Amino acid sequence: MSAAAAFFYLFSGLAVASGFMVIASRNPVASVLFLILAFVNAAGLFVLMGAEFLAMILVVVYVGAVAVLFLFVVMMLDVDFAELRQGFQRYLPVGGLIGVIFLIELVLVVGSWAIDPGLVQAPLGNAARGEAATNTQALGRVLYTDYVYFFQLAGLILLVAMIGAIVLTLRDRPGVKRQNISVQNARTQGMAIETIKVPSRQGVEV
Amino acid sequence: MTGWETLGTVLLLLLKSFVLLALLLVFIAYALLADRKIWAAVQLRRGPNVVGPWGLFQSFADLLKFVLKEPVIPAGANKALFLLAPLIFATLALAAWAVIPLAEGWAIADLNVGITYIFAISSLMVYGVIMGGWASNSKYAFLGALRSTAQMISYEVSLGFVIICVLLCAGSLNLSRIVMAQDTSLGILGWYWLWLFPMFVVFFISAMAETNRPPFDLPEAESELVAGYMVEYSSTPYLLFMLGEYVAIMTMCALGTVLFLGGWLSPIPFAPFTWVPGLIWFVLKASFLFFMIAMVKAMVPRYRYDQLMRLGWKVFLPLSLASVVVVAFVLKLTGLAPVAIPT
Repeated sequence: MSAAAAFFYLFSGLAVASGFMVIASRNPVASVLFLILAFVNAAGLFVLMGAEFLAMILVVVYVGAVAVLFLFVVMMLDVDFAELRQGFQRYLPVGGLIGVIFLIELVLVVGSWAIDPGLVQAPLGNAARGEAATNTQALGRVLYTDYVYFFQLAGLILLVAMIGAIVLTLRDRPGVKRQNISVQNARTQGMAIETIKVPSRQGVEV
Repeated sequence: MTGWETLGTVLLLLLKSFVLLALLLVFIAYALLADRKIWAAVQLRRGPNVVGPWGLFQSFADLLKFVLKEPVIPAGANKALFLLAPLIFATLALAAWAVIPLAEGWAIADLNVGITYIFAISSLMVYGVIMGGWASNSKYAFLGALRSTAQMISYEVSLGFVIICVLLCAGSLNLSRIVMAQDTSLGILGWYWLWLFPMFVVFFISAMAETNRPPFDLPEAESELVAGYMVEYSSTPYLLFMLGEYVAIMTMCALGTVLFLGGWLSPIPFAPFTWVPGLIWFVLKASFLFFMIAMVKAMVPRYRYDQLMRLGWKVFLPLSLASVVVVAFVLKLTGLAPVAIPT
């Protein structure tokens, strides 16, 4: 068994095992941590396929940002997961049915796929173009040159979603004191301090 | 490749990694001492001066003390995560050094996506902090961990855009190639610190915030949170957190050297300066950056948390985003954009 195969079995075995632990573990924080382990192992599989850029981006985006938010929410919210588990027996048949349907669909789709044997050696069709490029450059060419309109469209959809979320959650409460940094920074000693000579036994009007 | 050759390659790789780690840890022991000495000198103190001549063995005495103490695990702590967190933190911090080219061709793994690798590693380090804070089962530790995570994620964004500016100029994600792209006849004037000076400043400040260095050491603000996410840690686990933190700082210094200060290149591009080995230039430059960071620690008071967030999201993010656009336009219009180098 070559080293690559050994690493493939290591990564995929760990990914499947940690994927199972995500739903099996009792502690929700442990679930999220197993999810992260699954992501990292998927990144390892990407590296084995020669898609090192995708692997790193998977770690940066999913593990570094998305999963941290999951972890935040799970740690901060006081969700009683024991209560959520109560209907387990009752929902098991429906859930199992949906799972089986998904499995059959997946098998049908993947089973009918014809994979070009040269695909793994030539990520994103470089060989067809007759160019040698790193997969970062190849990905860039596909995303930003060949399919630039679709890419921009996807970006716009995300932007709309982001603005929508901000609009929905933004509320302007009256009567709240706000900091204005530029005003604060523009303050000088002359504006803040006034020296007054106080006549004895008379005081001053401020 | 035969089995024996593979074995030889693996052994050589292990040997290289071991030598690099040993040298790095000794270097960090003295960087730590230098940090304390510089801090002391700014405050007109002597700093550590008892252990060994001029206190040179102070760090090793500290190491021994940390290792020999009893590790205390708080009641109610999640034991596995509590001990796993510092291990993850220190291991990841050291793992980043695999791709850093100390001299021409002197990287253990000369990855094509070296810079993304370092970025990924530094985003993973958040988990060491948040796991440690949560597993401690203490509100100070948890608050410190939340602060630290928010801070590290915020500054990662602007750090990413700064790196993109450099990548646009260098035309490669490979750290060695980024250094080679700065190898011009101008010497020190051809490095990116001059051409991308505002980005160098943003990088320097973000690097300090990313590694929780003062003045951005909010996660361990002693005055409010005692010691932040490390408050329940003692002995070796604590040592691992501290070690990881200093290794991360040195990684940032090395990254700054590679991205902005021309890596192993000589500042004056002719003999006799080019005879000096590249490693020496690299160490000198990284030490210079570390000295600057140490001086900032000594001179600048701690930021308030809202000021920190404002600086990250409202100042650095728009600034670095705008400069990505500006740099891209300038490179395209002047025709200076690097051509893609086939590998």
